[in-house]
Amino acid sequence: MNSKKQNKIAIGALYGIAGLVVLILLALLGYILASGLPQLSWHFLTAPAKAFLKGGGVGVQLFNSFYLLILAMAISFPIALGAAIYLYEYARDNWVTTTIRTAIEILSSLPSVVVGLFGFLFFVVKLRLGFSILSGAFALTFFNLPLLTRSIEDSLRTIDLEQREGGLALGLSRWETITRVILPATVPSILTGVILSAGRVFGEAAALIYTAGQSAPALNFADWNPFNISSPLNPMRPAETLAVHIWKINSEGIMPDAKAISSGSSAVLIIAILLFNFAARYVGKRLYKRLTSA
Amino acid sequence: MFINNDVTKGTVMQERHVVQPNDPGHPIILSTEDLHVFYGKKEALFEGDLQFGSNQITALIGPSGSGKSTYLRSLNRMNDRIATVTGKIMYRGVDINQPAIDVYEMRRRVGMVFQRPNPFAKSIYDNIAFALRLRGTTDKHELDEIVETSLKQAALWDQVKDDLNKSALALSGGQAQRLCIARAIAVKPDILLLDEPASALDPVSTGQLEDTLLDLKQHYTIIIVTHNMQQAARISEYTAFFNQGRVLEYDTTSQIFTNPQVQVTSDYVSGNFG
Ligand SMILES: Nc1ncnc2c1ncn2[C@@H]1O[C@H](COP(=O)(O)OP(=O)(O)OP(=O)(O)O)[C@@H](O)[C@H]1O
Ligand SMILES: [Mg+2]
Repeated sequence: MNSKKQNKIAIGALYGIAGLVVLILLALLGYILASGLPQLSWHFLTAPAKAFLKGGGVGVQLFNSFYLLILAMAISFPIALGAAIYLYEYARDNWVTTTIRTAIEILSSLPSVVVGLFGFLFFVVKLRLGFSILSGAFALTFFNLPLLTRSIEDSLRTIDLEQREGGLALGLSRWETITRVILPATVPSILTGVILSAGRVFGEAAALIYTAGQSAPALNFADWNPFNISSPLNPMRPAETLAVHIWKINSEGIMPDAKAISSGSSAVLIIAILLFNFAARYVGKRLYKRLTSA
Repeated sequence: MFINNDVTKGTVMQERHVVQPNDPGHPIILSTEDLHVFYGKKEALFEGDLQFGSNQITALIGPSGSGKSTYLRSLNRMNDRIATVTGKIMYRGVDINQPAIDVYEMRRRVGMVFQRPNPFAKSIYDNIAFALRLRGTTDKHELDEIVETSLKQAALWDQVKDDLNKSALALSGGQAQRLCIARAIAVKPDILLLDEPASALDPVSTGQLEDTLLDLKQHYTIIIVTHNMQQAARISEYTAFFNQGRVLEYDTTSQIFTNPQVQVTSDYVSGNFG
């Protein structure tokens, strides 16, 4: 067999594998959307869930998912940004940074159910936060922090050393160089990383089951005082998210239309995550273009 | 070649030959005394003792790894976190190689341009203006004026005056390098350090850059590292030849190129090196 033939076979095999992966993905998406899309309606997206009767929606769960996401991001982003800047821009390579990096590595490969159980024992029980948005947000922070730190560190790594030296040579301090030269240049890729990790957080269930809880008490969307128990903003209320809802309906749902609601919820979840991914690409590209061209 | 070898045999015999500049019109503005640079335990520069006359161009030449960049980067303390630098760097009578010196202020007096053009991911205008704004120059007219003069001095104004708000990343290599020069001179330094600034440029841009440097000499003292012998000969008054971490010869450029006193220098400038 000559090398030309070998090459052809290899390329064919690689195309085949790639095609198979795409096919599986499309089949999955197609199945979920085909069975879920017909269930979607304005009522489904906004109405509260019903435990025993048919005709419930996922409005509260959808809101909870976004609220938790925003809270988790608000907590984890500043920490991740600080950690990444410290690790990449300031720390020298020694045993301290090696230890931190290893810790991040291990943390990022922990199964999320373990993170959830830790969150349950620590935040829910020990700190007495109960099944609450706050417990969930902290658990999500643990889940998200290592991924986000690594993604921001990777963004910093894409900026040439010459950019940093250019700043220093103008008489800027290291901090000024980082905040005025490096960070602005990395905004597109940091943002892409944030949106992608938002997608992962949005779909996370296992870390939330025992932290944010599995119930979604009805909310009064006219009451925005975070101290009131029925206010959507109250961080101490239990808050089942969309992903947890799907898991719960499928394991113990007793409403007559459980199957339909599960399909509909899955479709919403998939669409949201797809939107996050497309947004990440679009925003990243647009911002990069704005920064680098006319 | 033959003749050159003959000359070499006849007159070159010294190991080291250093003639510091001594032009009444160009007082010494910067000098190094007993400068040593260590990367960890490894010594990369053994005693650099050079003086630089103001408003002159000095070229640093020598083979790869001979310590030219190491020396140049020590002058504005860019090696601070990378290497240990001992000895004195006297700038206008002050030793700037001591911990008490405000390095940020000092680097504004001793600017630097790098081998690869490194414009920031900002507009052309902001590349120049943002460091000034950080130091408190916020008046729009004043900034406009500094941006314009800097770009004019760097011979870039005519090409970009209508595109000041466009991203600097869209400039060609030669233009980007000029922008970096404009950016460096906008903070009003005395001294410009350039490390092979033309090595990433085509011959036409290189020629233009050399003309620009010759113009800039009126306002700034220039120290330039170059691998290009013709370039050193064309633009510099003084030339220092580095080899294996030592300055083997320092003299007027014409002496270095027509009548070198050290065997290795002679070999190097005549292309017989190695
Ligand atoms: N950051 C560094 N860490 C360790 N060693 C270094 C570092 N930078 C340079 N060196 C070493 O110091 C010596 C001098 O290097 P330097 O970069 O000053 O040479 P150069 O004359 O500028 O060479 P070139 O013409 O290739 O740019 C070399 O042996 C080099 O390997
Ligand atoms: Mg060099």
